[in-house]
Amino acid sequence: MAKVLVLRTAGVNCDEETAHAFRLAGGEVSVRHVGSLLRGEDALENFDILAIPGGFSYGDDLGAGTVLANQLRTRLADDLHAFVDGGKLVIGICNGFQVLVRLGILPGWEGDKAASLIENVSGKFEDRWVHLRVETDQCAFLDCSGGYSEPCARYLRAPVAHREGRFVLRDPDMVDRLRENGQIALTYRVSAGEEDQEPGAAEGAYPANPNGSVLDIAGICNEQGNVLGLMPHPERFVHRLQAPSWTRNPPDASESTLGSLSRAGDGFSIFSGAIGFVNDRADKIR
Amino acid sequence: MTSLRTWEVEVHWREACGADPRAVELQGQLADLLDGCDGGIKVSSLFYLRGEGLDQDQVALAAEHLLSDSVTQECELRDLGDGERLPDPQADGDVGHVATVRKKTGVMEPVEESLLKGLDDLGLSGLSVRLALRVRFQIPLAEEQLDLVGEKVLSNPAIEDVFWDETEVPSPFIAAAPYEFSLGEVELSGIDDEGLVQLSIDGQLSLNLDEMRTIRDHFETQGRPATDIELETIAQTWSEHCCHKTLTARIEHEGPDGEKFTYENLLKDTIARATRELMEQEETPFCLSVFKDNAGVVAFDDEYGISFKVETHNHPSAIEPYGGAGTGIGGVLRDTLGTGLGAKPIVNTDVFCFGPPDLPMDELPAGALHPLRVLRGVVSGVRDYGNRMGIPTASGALYFDERYIGNPLVYCGSIGLIPRGMVEKVVHPGDRVVALGGRTGRDGIHGATFSSVELTEESETVSSGAVQIGNAITEKKFLDVLIKARDLGLYRSVTDCGAGGFSSAVGEMGEETGARVDLEKIPLKYEGLSYWEIWISEAQERMVFAVAPEKYAEFEALAESEGVECTDIGEFTGNGKLELFYEGNQVCDLGVDFLFNGRPPAHFSSVFRKPEVEAAEPHVGLSAAALLREILAAPNVASKEWVIRQYDHEVQGRSIIKPLQGPAADGPGDGVVFTPRYDSLRGIAIGCGMNPRYGDIDPYRMAVSAVDEAVRNIVACGGNPSKTAILDNFCWGNTARPETLGSLVEASRGCYDAAMALGTPFVSGKDSLNNEFRTASGTLSIPPSLLISSLSMVEDVSCSVTMDLKESGNLLVLVGETRAEMGGSHYAKFAGGGGDVPCLPPEASQIHQAMHGAIQQRLVRSCHDLSEGGLAVAAAEMAFSGGLGAKIQLDKLPVSAEGGGLDDLQGLFSESNCRYLVEVSQENKEALLALFDGLPAAVVGETCEDGVLEVTGKDGAGEILSESIEELRTIWKEPLIFDAV
Repeated sequence: MAKVLVLRTAGVNCDEETAHAFRLAGGEVSVRHVGSLLRGEDALENFDILAIPGGFSYGDDLGAGTVLANQLRTRLADDLHAFVDGGKLVIGICNGFQVLVRLGILPGWEGDKAASLIENVSGKFEDRWVHLRVETDQCAFLDCSGGYSEPCARYLRAPVAHREGRFVLRDPDMVDRLRENGQIALTYRVSAGEEDQEPGAAEGAYPANPNGSVLDIAGICNEQGNVLGLMPHPERFVHRLQAPSWTRNPPDASESTLGSLSRAGDGFSIFSGAIGFVNDRADKIR
Repeated sequence: MTSLRTWEVEVHWREACGADPRAVELQGQLADLLDGCDGGIKVSSLFYLRGEGLDQDQVALAAEHLLSDSVTQECELRDLGDGERLPDPQADGDVGHVATVRKKTGVMEPVEESLLKGLDDLGLSGLSVRLALRVRFQIPLAEEQLDLVGEKVLSNPAIEDVFWDETEVPSPFIAAAPYEFSLGEVELSGIDDEGLVQLSIDGQLSLNLDEMRTIRDHFETQGRPATDIELETIAQTWSEHCCHKTLTARIEHEGPDGEKFTYENLLKDTIARATRELMEQEETPFCLSVFKDNAGVVAFDDEYGISFKVETHNHPSAIEPYGGAGTGIGGVLRDTLGTGLGAKPIVNTDVFCFGPPDLPMDELPAGALHPLRVLRGVVSGVRDYGNRMGIPTASGALYFDERYIGNPLVYCGSIGLIPRGMVEKVVHPGDRVVALGGRTGRDGIHGATFSSVELTEESETVSSGAVQIGNAITEKKFLDVLIKARDLGLYRSVTDCGAGGFSSAVGEMGEETGARVDLEKIPLKYEGLSYWEIWISEAQERMVFAVAPEKYAEFEALAESEGVECTDIGEFTGNGKLELFYEGNQVCDLGVDFLFNGRPPAHFSSVFRKPEVEAAEPHVGLSAAALLREILAAPNVASKEWVIRQYDHEVQGRSIIKPLQGPAADGPGDGVVFTPRYDSLRGIAIGCGMNPRYGDIDPYRMAVSAVDEAVRNIVACGGNPSKTAILDNFCWGNTARPETLGSLVEASRGCYDAAMALGTPFVSGKDSLNNEFRTASGTLSIPPSLLISSLSMVEDVSCSVTMDLKESGNLLVLVGETRAEMGGSHYAKFAGGGGDVPCLPPEASQIHQAMHGAIQQRLVRSCHDLSEGGLAVAAAEMAFSGGLGAKIQLDKLPVSAEGGGLDDLQGLFSESNCRYLVEVSQENKEALLALFDGLPAAVVGETCEDGVLEVTGKDGAGEILSESIEELRTIWKEPLIFDAV
């Protein structure tokens, strides 16, 4: 069974729903304080998937994710790099994405820090649902071909809730490198689209692109595809009734059971894809 | 030999990255204040670091990894040597003014703690740090504008200093003088009445003469002077804020028709009486804990209960809106954590009352902050605290009235999930008194007594000690510890340090046993606090636990593993005394019996005279369309999306029916629905009701209307009215005036009658009196402001409904009777006139039950409750939220027998209670109407594709309104957007 570590520390606050999403997907989940890793009570190497959930680690004082990234970099760098280089999976959601970018694990390039997640163009924290398109075919969490489990949908909905989600690059030319490497994982779109009709790109326009990210980037992965960072919260949409306007198409009485509703959110496939990937690899090794 | 070395790191935006968001925001505010401004400003963060032999490489390391983001920011490092003098910020060639903004000494700066933690990770320990903000003006400012800009844009004078002249900027590191113990005593014996009153005023005790006499007599019997800390403890325990002496007083009341009522205890005889009587009728227990703990608790399922508490934080928010509102939400969350053995917070609610946001600056009374500034500060305070705690803020309301200028209202609510077996707690003699969480500083001294007196134009300066600054992460950390410790059974009781600090928390917990506390053991943020300041400080984010001695080591280890400070500060003794020591000196020796039962009973008399009711006829002839447009744009009705979206209302993943509804997610939902458990489809619905405009005319009917609206809110989205609990929050003016108290008594009577009629028990409540603002030209008293909050069980959340119209060709059914009750309505606000305030009709409970039945049977496609603006506003909101048109025929409206005289405008805009507008498919029409057999309900219209709201008058009047829903949507959405840019 795939072992998932959901990392928490002061101010992390999406650990519970992230753990729930991985459990629904069949993972064996441990929610652990970063202190237990630092004290050696738990070891990163015992896990297959590391999830850094959303929240405000250490209050986001000094910038989103800064203090946690600094802590991981100074105290756990070797374990973390061994985990990533060994092809194990890492997902950073919202604040977790900010931490991975601060650490340089995303985009994962040598040299000076290339990317940052800065204050939204709107200047404020906002909670709103966005439409997403999966742009990459090399990320273990976003497997639209269904190589390991149920395929991930190409188009997804999820809520964003952040103030610092504008993805920027130090050098505008770096966009090409991201694109060529297949590292653009998710982009914001204007709608869910109609049948046989692609939804348009957000093209930077608010509110479809809620923060002003370059190229409408909502999430990126590393070159190997085993690390994903994204601003939207897929863990908040694993259940059909978590959708924003489900009452327009409500389940009838016969569909209204926990079993049939609870894995029917768009975000679920990101978690089940990761678990499927790990199980598939374990089968192959065996 | 090493020496202390100080560095300044200035971090600013890289110009290559485009506009600096912080500068843009400040510039917008400056332009507002100065009526436009040319040129730019530059904003930078300053970090002062000081340590033994701190060198450039170390500072550069901190700058790179902690103080700046190298992608978007640049740093400058400056060696300040011994730090006694600061560099001249203008020395680098800038010509304009430069302002440096810094928190006043002793005011909490949450970032410092995280910075020290990060420095420690970098191997830099033992440093001192301080923060500041520097603003460089490239725009010309006249000397006389500096103070204005400093006070209105750059800082809040209650907590921050602005320095325009670099030679005035003091060193950031000023050590507080250490405290030297000396016992303060007050000889009370023989002091006359005048002296007692003066003593109460001088000491900011807020005690009345009767109480001061009782205290004097008590110490005369003891044959010794009182100590200062004893007086402070009594003042806090007996404060209006802590013991609600007005609501629990004996009151002789004269009603509107001269009838006499006597209440031995107003609260027990009205609100709590309804609960008692309803509990006697319960077949299965619903009310699990009422009116005795920090929050009320009702049954959710066999395993869990749900707690609910709503608090106000009005006076702190008037002076420092951001900190006041943030600590308001922080405080009510601690109420949840301190309920029973601790409930886990799952949803926040917020309701605010402000002055008009467009108030001209020259009409602002001296000493009051501008309503827009209060609004922005309060919204960001709740946002930053609630979001950081990871608790969705999902339900609320906003009200505007001139009388909230100077005294805004900030209601913060918290709902929690608690195992049913953990609702009770008992302190045992011998248990340790354990403090957990943040350290104690000089913040919030006299908050409990400060909140019990009216504000004046001086309040901003004299009461700044009462301002509290919160740190949500400290609270989130002990939340994590508390829930773990609770589930491991590591403590026997817990309560929060709220108003009154340790004095209130330890006092309450030791009410049965007594307690001994060694005050010097309490960890401090900085030196210099006297023993009594430690005892009554309202520093945030602290809880007190009763821990059995044999469990303490495990409790402490758990706290340490989560990085939370935990201290054993004393013992619950069992000798019935509150004994306080400082470094071995006894400073307090009070019997808990005197402290909790010694307060002299209060007596008041009150009277209510009905104001002259205006004639029902309107003064202004406005068309239906003009009225609808006015009302949709009125601030109490207009879209609250700007506020709602700044709150994370979906964190924790429990949100099922959200506050913004419809395909464009902009429709104004009535209530919200949450699933407290991931493994169940059982949910809760949350709503509220309030209408201060009704209270000006008829506070009794205002109360019944608020209860009915709160119930409609939850029924409309799927809540069960038979499993609904409600909360009362009274915010009133100075009840020392018999007529002000009279309106409060009338409202309490209304609360009892409505709760009984609807079968909804009150489970918790709070009052905040003396909400007045005194200026040189007179006193501004708030209108009677009763907030009713509702919490309801939802058997199956998949039956829930929203208010957006779903499909064209469906029917619209109006449930409930429409009466000519225009008093206090929005119709009367714009057209004049009025008449009666809406009553609670006798069939109210049956209507709510039938409505719930229809939703449970999945017969309803959409449902919206009728409140401000009546049928017209409800129909418009449903139409534009669903992107569909609607046709309404007024001759089909269910009206009461005496309502034949209802004219078309009254039919459209009456705010009669107990009404819903319901969308139903043609095929379900009969089944739906059958549920309302014998009750007022009728098909009044239909939904259509054309995007137009069309209303036909009665008696052949033809079309009286035809408006594009897109236009109506725009009118409704635009008024309350307050972006600075």
